[in-house]
Amino acid sequence: MIVELGHYALVLALATALIVSILPMIGARRGDVALMTLGTTGSIALFLLVALSFGALTWAYVVSDFSVNNVWENSHSMMPLIYKYSGVWGNHEGSMMLWLLILTLFSALVAVFGRNLPETLKANVLGVQAWIASAFLFFILLTSNPFLRLNPAPAEGQDLNPVLQDLGLAVHPPLLYLGYVGFSVCFSFAVAALIEGRIDAAWARWVRPWTLAAWTFLTAGIAMGSYWAYYELGWGGWWFWDPVENASFMPWLAGTALLHSALVMEKREALKIWTVLLAIMTFSLSLLGTFLVRSGVLTSVHSFATDPTRGIFILCILALFIGGAFSLFAWRAPMLKAGGLFAPISREGGLVLNNLILTVATATVLTGTLYPLVLETLTGEKISVGAPFFNMTFGLLMLPLLIAVPFGPMLAWKRGDLLGALQRIYVFAALALAAGFVFAYLKGGGPILSIFGLALGFWGMFGAIADLWYRGNFGKLKFSVAFRRLAGLPRSAFGTAIAHFGLGVTVLGIFAATTFGTETVVDMKQGATVNAGGYQVTFDGMKDAAGPNYTEQRAHFTVREGGAVISDVWSSKRLYTARRMPTTEAGILTMALSQLYVSLGDPIDGGGMVVRIWWKPFILCIWGGALVMMFGGFVSLSDRRLRVGAPNRKAKAVKAAKPVMEPAE
Amino acid sequence: MTRKQKRLTVILGGMSFIMVAVLLVMFAFSQSVAYFFMPADLAKTDVQPGTRIRLGGLVAEGSVKRGQGSTVSFTVTDGTGNVPVTYTGILPDLFREGQGVVTEGAFDVSHKFVADSVLAKHDEKYMPKEVADRLKKDGVWEDGSGKGMAQGTNKADGQGVIKQ
Repeated sequence: MIVELGHYALVLALATALIVSILPMIGARRGDVALMTLGTTGSIALFLLVALSFGALTWAYVVSDFSVNNVWENSHSMMPLIYKYSGVWGNHEGSMMLWLLILTLFSALVAVFGRNLPETLKANVLGVQAWIASAFLFFILLTSNPFLRLNPAPAEGQDLNPVLQDLGLAVHPPLLYLGYVGFSVCFSFAVAALIEGRIDAAWARWVRPWTLAAWTFLTAGIAMGSYWAYYELGWGGWWFWDPVENASFMPWLAGTALLHSALVMEKREALKIWTVLLAIMTFSLSLLGTFLVRSGVLTSVHSFATDPTRGIFILCILALFIGGAFSLFAWRAPMLKAGGLFAPISREGGLVLNNLILTVATATVLTGTLYPLVLETLTGEKISVGAPFFNMTFGLLMLPLLIAVPFGPMLAWKRGDLLGALQRIYVFAALALAAGFVFAYLKGGGPILSIFGLALGFWGMFGAIADLWYRGNFGKLKFSVAFRRLAGLPRSAFGTAIAHFGLGVTVLGIFAATTFGTETVVDMKQGATVNAGGYQVTFDGMKDAAGPNYTEQRAHFTVREGGAVISDVWSSKRLYTARRMPTTEAGILTMALSQLYVSLGDPIDGGGMVVRIWWKPFILCIWGGALVMMFGGFVSLSDRRLRVGAPNRKAKAVKAAKPVMEPAE
Repeated sequence: MTRKQKRLTVILGGMSFIMVAVLLVMFAFSQSVAYFFMPADLAKTDVQPGTRIRLGGLVAEGSVKRGQGSTVSFTVTDGTGNVPVTYTGILPDLFREGQGVVTEGAFDVSHKFVADSVLAKHDEKYMPKEVADRLKKDGVWEDGSGKGMAQGTNKADGQGVIKQ
């Protein structure tokens, strides 16, 4: 009964979405307030209906109702409760439901918090959001209905794919979708602005918090996914340039660019057309990612059961929205007036450089991801584009950006003084270089290019500190005065510095882990010892164990440093009984920011196992940096000027207070 | 600088960056793209030793032999051709005889294929897409022949069978 209610709520949601798609926009054209208000109530109702439907599906999972096909295929009565919840989105139908839930959540948030948006803009934004919701509701109801029943009901389910039975997976998709789908709001704002043919700095001020929120969640989602792949797949790598990873990385890159260009538009009214285009591109890349991951054109852990009609359906949605938005852009963009002028060397100039590099880098990732697919469709030839391609193109293109990041906040708006910035920052640059050399020296040296890589990481971190240092004017003013100046800075200034600092931490982690990491593959008999990263790892033997829905062979290792025992590590090979599917559970020992990673291979003749041991120094910096970036995003989001719902009134207040509040700007 | 010069600087700078990116992409494609082959293709085309390729097919029954340390040798077959492969490292969890596999590496001078990665797509079906497509086309493999097996095994357990 509850399952039928969920199905019914989903159908009602479609009807609601269709109403919100049409009526408020008509209202906006005619100036009919009643019709426009329908957008607000409709969007909230839409969210509640989808939430009800999602709740019904979750209920079916929690009580293990195997008469529902979707539950039978992806759950098992013995599965731990947490995975029954996360199992809801561990399959195609459920993950589309989550997508929709988050989309409608964002619509509802715009409806609730957008109280002081101009009425027509709000109606149009909610209308566009409802178009997207309608398309995906059609998609779910017609091709991926999670509420289909089985008759007779089987007694036991088929279990969730074992690699997905993990805490990381429970959190990764919701975070990723909050980011991915969050960009739909930017898209809707852009399309609404194009429909109205009017755009100004206020528009950027409304869009920026949404961009920032989506970007922050996407950062967290990608970092989480990367860490999950690292410890769950047992390959010891943290980024594979897999098309599925790229699918989430491209919206992130474009979103990062959007975040920066919206800043220029907000402050200086420049780059209007470009910002609108970028907003459309970012969500288009999100849609493209959904298509790549969900249509089954790629094989990966993400592509659940494939069905060609789904792929074609998503491709149609993709073509409709991307094609439609770009046509609208081509038609309307010339009407938007261009804004403020600036010198090439200026804050704006720096942000343009940021945008140039990020979009070009996105384009290379896009090329590398789509080229094999296009080539196969056109010629049937199958090629693989792997990590070497992306390292060579994306890696090299990002270098100038990483060098430039600390300069950006140092330059003044309109006309900057590069020489002045250089004079102020060269101390920090020298410190970063020195830190790189000292770091490498302590670790026993390394190739000169890696040392520069390490220095680049430190440069990002020190540059962020330099930014705050000069904003407070430490060194020139008395400490207490400078500190008060610093404390008076807007939160977004701290957000910027923190996020840039996080970027430096990640870069440092990448270079440190690749330069100083070691990898050993050996066959170990019981009692054998192997050296890794200055630690001695001894294989003590195997033991059989059983979990709730799997059996495992656990290998016990003892880690010693100079004879003294530090810790035990267990690494295991599991067999999930319902699917007869083996997985490897790596044993990971964390020491400060570094990790020892032990992965089991096959048994060898005459006893013993093939064992792969990685020493991963400073590997945690990679995800730690992402967490810092995310934190920066939240700090920035808490800035009173950006606080959702209060832009108009505050903007005036801040403008008046500016000379006092922001001395360094 | 005049307004025109400013704009020109920005545009020229942007264009040259894009040019560099395009050249880089073209260079990287020429260097690092691996083509996909099945054993039967290799009889027709001549792949030079040292050229990186991806080799896909089925792991021949009874061909997996463990050598020194973690070195493994096995034969990749597609029903028409056979290619012996050696690989040092840990095989993916789902590596089994009679199942699909994609390996990446190059031929050495003695025409033995030395793989440096054996691909594990984490899917219980474990039939890499490229391999499945080709085998289906050539009629060597059939999709979903495992369907309708006893309850408790997976519906999606369409591991398929090699047609004799």
